[in-house]
Amino acid sequence: MDGPLPRTTLKAMTMSDNEPKFSARTIILALVPLVLLGLVVYALLQRGPMAIFKTDLPPVENLHILRHTLAPDVINLDVVNAGPDVSTVAQVMVRGAFWQHQVSPRRSLKPLETARVSIPFPWNIGEPVEIILLTSTGVTFDYAIEVAALTPQPTLAALGRFALLGTYVGVIPVALGIAWFPFLRRLGRKAIGFLLYLTAGLLAFLVVDAVGEGLEAAGELPHVYHGEALLILGLVGAYLLLRGVEARARQKLAATASSAVVMAWLIALGIGLHNLGEGLAIGSAYVLGELGLGALLVIGFTLHNATEGIAIVAPILTEKARLRRLVGLGALAGGPTILGCWIGAFTYSQVWAVLFLGIGAGAIVQVIWAIVGRRPLAETVAPLNLAGLVVGYLIMYATGLLVGAA
Amino acid sequence: MMVERSLSAWWSALLIVLGGGALVAGAWMAAFAAPSVKEEKPVQFGLGGLDLTAHVNRTVGDVGTDIFDPDRYLTNFMEGDVSTLPDGRTLRTFHIFAVNREIEIAPGVYFPAWTFNGQVPGPTLRATEGERIRIFFKNQGDRPHSMHFHGIHKAEMDGALLSQLVPPNGDFVYEFDADPVGVHLYHCHATPLTLHIHNGLYGLWIVDPKEGRVPAQELFMIMNGFDTNFDEENEIYAVNTVAFHYARHPIEVVQGELVRIYLANILEFDQINSFHVHANFFDYYPTGTQKHPRDFTDTVILGQGERGILEIRFRYPGDYMFHAHKTEFAERGWMGLFRVLP
Repeated sequence: MDGPLPRTTLKAMTMSDNEPKFSARTIILALVPLVLLGLVVYALLQRGPMAIFKTDLPPVENLHILRHTLAPDVINLDVVNAGPDVSTVAQVMVRGAFWQHQVSPRRSLKPLETARVSIPFPWNIGEPVEIILLTSTGVTFDYAIEVAALTPQPTLAALGRFALLGTYVGVIPVALGIAWFPFLRRLGRKAIGFLLYLTAGLLAFLVVDAVGEGLEAAGELPHVYHGEALLILGLVGAYLLLRGVEARARQKLAATASSAVVMAWLIALGIGLHNLGEGLAIGSAYVLGELGLGALLVIGFTLHNATEGIAIVAPILTEKARLRRLVGLGALAGGPTILGCWIGAFTYSQVWAVLFLGIGAGAIVQVIWAIVGRRPLAETVAPLNLAGLVVGYLIMYATGLLVGAA
Repeated sequence: MMVERSLSAWWSALLIVLGGGALVAGAWMAAFAAPSVKEEKPVQFGLGGLDLTAHVNRTVGDVGTDIFDPDRYLTNFMEGDVSTLPDGRTLRTFHIFAVNREIEIAPGVYFPAWTFNGQVPGPTLRATEGERIRIFFKNQGDRPHSMHFHGIHKAEMDGALLSQLVPPNGDFVYEFDADPVGVHLYHCHATPLTLHIHNGLYGLWIVDPKEGRVPAQELFMIMNGFDTNFDEENEIYAVNTVAFHYARHPIEVVQGELVRIYLANILEFDQINSFHVHANFFDYYPTGTQKHPRDFTDTVILGQGERGILEIRFRYPGDYMFHAHKTEFAERGWMGLFRVLP
């Protein structure tokens, strides 16, 4: 089922009967279309019929606000020109009124160029603020700050506050899940098998969740960034990388550690990457005032993420119990939530968020594969194991309902 | 507990390179897209000791005045070429052309306007009651246009019916008497009408009484606006086209001396407009047709096409705001200052 393809098959795939010769002639033949392509581009740009593609219509403009930050009496907007033509921020309106402002480094933005619009404005905490950018051609781009709140600065106190937030929603729940370890060890073989499939079900939900969120975030990006492609790139990249790392680890650690332990670490890593993305979302939503972190929400996260702890320890229930290992696994899985909260709170970028959601999803796909992919189909479809898959998925779904906003 | 078959070393290395490469590429893309701009220190906006930096409701910069200077528009008008008709009456001849031209309506904001004589508002035309008016109109635009005068004239001079539209490159001679006395408008009446007026084809038409008016410093003002993104709402409001121009360049008047303002409202999309002056009151003559003021006030409300004459003596020196008392308009550019010199 798995492992390298037989050498003979590989050969058959890459080499035909008349084996290619990499002579100078071959290289020249390969370059011919490239040279022609270059000539066509040159001809089009220099003396070609580009004029027929031009219209008298005003240029297509698309300014996109990547994020805002609020300081006392100052609103900052980071703007990117996501359109195909040069676009110029001529004036700015705040709450329907023209307002003094600065644009740095310059007002005229080439495609994909970014600028910061700084607007000294006496905004009020808790109120929405509507901002309109007016370009030189009179086109308007609206941006709404849903709830105005001071953007936290990375001071020690703020770092501490967000570390605490990450600890509550990421670290503590995972640790609580791991705390089931002594109980779970007492279960029989069949029950442990059930738990492994339950874990796969839990993780499958996380993949669906991450891909859904990733697509949503990608959809909010200007088209020029191809957010969906970035999401898939992160997913596939993370999957391939972890697959390679797993194989390496199995070879290197074969003598010292069992494959079950390797799998536990991999699951922890996959969940850690997922939690990094979750932390990003929580940190940025909290800062943007889009997430009221009430007690119910924190409890929801705790229940939701506690199941992740079970997933980590499921493969090593038959191994020797080592506290240090359990702590390490928990730190690897839960710790990135704190890191994610920091990044999300202080330097949030939607593009990075999309990539991280993809990476998290890819990592978990790899973990699911590592848990159930190698097992015979007959075992997977055994009633108890299938039930584990479904129940795991449902548990996540049910606890996810408590975290509506995140 | 499970059957394991590990991947061969080169295969796993390939996976690591492929996967790692993909992630590096993704991170590079994300870093490329993420904003990396540095914030400059906000400038002080010159408001003295008290820091009111955050409270400056203005456009940034200044417009070019080579093509259209709101300060010149404020006091300039066309008297036409004067000659005498066989019956002894005065004949005033004007030459007006319609032409497309891009105008600057706020610093750095350009609007593809339809204009009379290349400016928005069009030139102020002025004559004395009873004179014969002859206007040679040429349409250099790319749409049918016309000149429709508010005044008393024959039907064929109304410039409003389909048959009265002047095609591109066509011309027409409007001829009528300067009647009645007052401050009036002229504008294009081609269809779609909102478009033709909003795009800039309008101006003041003033008929002075035979005996003249009391000498005064005279100012011409048309309250207008611009829908720059074609959503049928104005982004920019102004008096004489340029948002906040007279706030940046206050209109100088002299304490105690009579100032006469010929005011008209041509604003599209909004139902009403208004004029409010601070700390002073004015005599108001609706349409300027009567000798006696209807009101002594500091605020008048005008519907579209309404106009009137304001006569005001500023009592104390200093800077006084004037603006639409619809504050939304004021905040979007319809705001200026009188600077009263002692």
